[in-house]
Amino acid sequence: MAEPITPAPQAPRDPTQTPGNQKPGNRQDEQVQLAAVDEFLAWGKENSLFYLLFATACCGIELMQAGGPRYDIDRLGMIPRATPRQADLMIVAGTITHKMAGRVRTLWEQMTEPRWVVSMGSCANSGGPFSKWSYSVLNGIDKYVPVDIYIPGCPPRPEALIDGVMALRERVRIYRTFGHRSTTPHIVAGADAPFGSHAEKDKPPEQAP
Amino acid sequence: MSALTAEVIGQRTRAAFPQVQPLATENGRPFLQVAPGDLQQVLRFLCSERDLRFDTLMDLTGYDLLKYPMVPPSDAIVVVYLLWSHVHRHKTTVKVLAPRADCRVPTASSIWPAALYFEREVWDLLGVHFEGHPSQKRIMSPDDWTGHPLRKDYLYPVDYHGVPHLRDGQHFEHVPARPGIPAVAPAPKKSTP
Repeated sequence: MAEPITPAPQAPRDPTQTPGNQKPGNRQDEQVQLAAVDEFLAWGKENSLFYLLFATACCGIELMQAGGPRYDIDRLGMIPRATPRQADLMIVAGTITHKMAGRVRTLWEQMTEPRWVVSMGSCANSGGPFSKWSYSVLNGIDKYVPVDIYIPGCPPRPEALIDGVMALRERVRIYRTFGHRSTTPHIVAGADAPFGSHAEKDKPPEQAP
Repeated sequence: MSALTAEVIGQRTRAAFPQVQPLATENGRPFLQVAPGDLQQVLRFLCSERDLRFDTLMDLTGYDLLKYPMVPPSDAIVVVYLLWSHVHRHKTTVKVLAPRADCRVPTASSIWPAALYFEREVWDLLGVHFEGHPSQKRIMSPDDWTGHPLRKDYLYPVDYHGVPHLRDGQHFEHVPARPGIPAVAPAPKKSTP
């Protein structure tokens, strides 16, 4: 059997004042939880990043895989929306041509604030394999829309995408509706780094000689 | 109801149009070379003749002969028609050379409506104008694109709508120098051990 929880001892109250727990709405049976409103809203936004159902090339396959049962990105509260009006996050997954870039900009403008952009894969980051010899491919979607998170890879693994989403969640939490929005792009460490971006954290602790 | 060989198809076409040349590529694939002026008549003949009956335009494509090692050298644009007969189950290839200066070929869309999109594509990428096409406009590139990208003398764009084409002032190696943009020397070739 668990031990009964005993309340912490409280300082003696001023007897001339009405005790706080006796005020209307604060009694034992009608308590409310209080928090900063924007913090609460940020918590909600962080846990419901609806992303736009939008993919232009093979990175879209990895995006679908991230939404599949093995990686199940839905558990982060991320549900694909088929219209930009309902989307918070645009994952630019795939090659963007000059012709498509204007359409991407239009979709981004149709999204409601606060809106976030994740550039997924080498093509969306910098043109990728088409950056040098193609006449029609745009070299980086950041020329048209502001990008928050860059995920390298060709295509990135679903783990890398989820890593980028976790970095974006942190950014959403810091933003907190009225807060400062970071304009510094975040680059997810690629698959070449051992243990991804957590290489420093995963180092064994130094042992005393 | 019998498939004809490429030789017989060439003979039958040549009997009706003596100016058509049955030729073969370097790897032995036969084709019929037609002048642009005769093209529509020849294609209509191939489509409607009882023994030939090419009822399907499988593909319509093209390529640029500039810088191609052929004798004598030519700078024409070749338009290729790949035809297939569902009735007789035989196929043939028709090629027409459009001169670069006056790149005009009569349309095949009145014979096979499938040619409508193919001809827009060839116009977009190679700049061949198909006379009689109901809506000759680009299909893949944006409508305000300049140049025809699959021509061998195509110059890559510097920017599109003010957005630079390459990152950080880089430039294509094989493009000749243009005003305001320095040409970059080609990278030295790696020697393979």
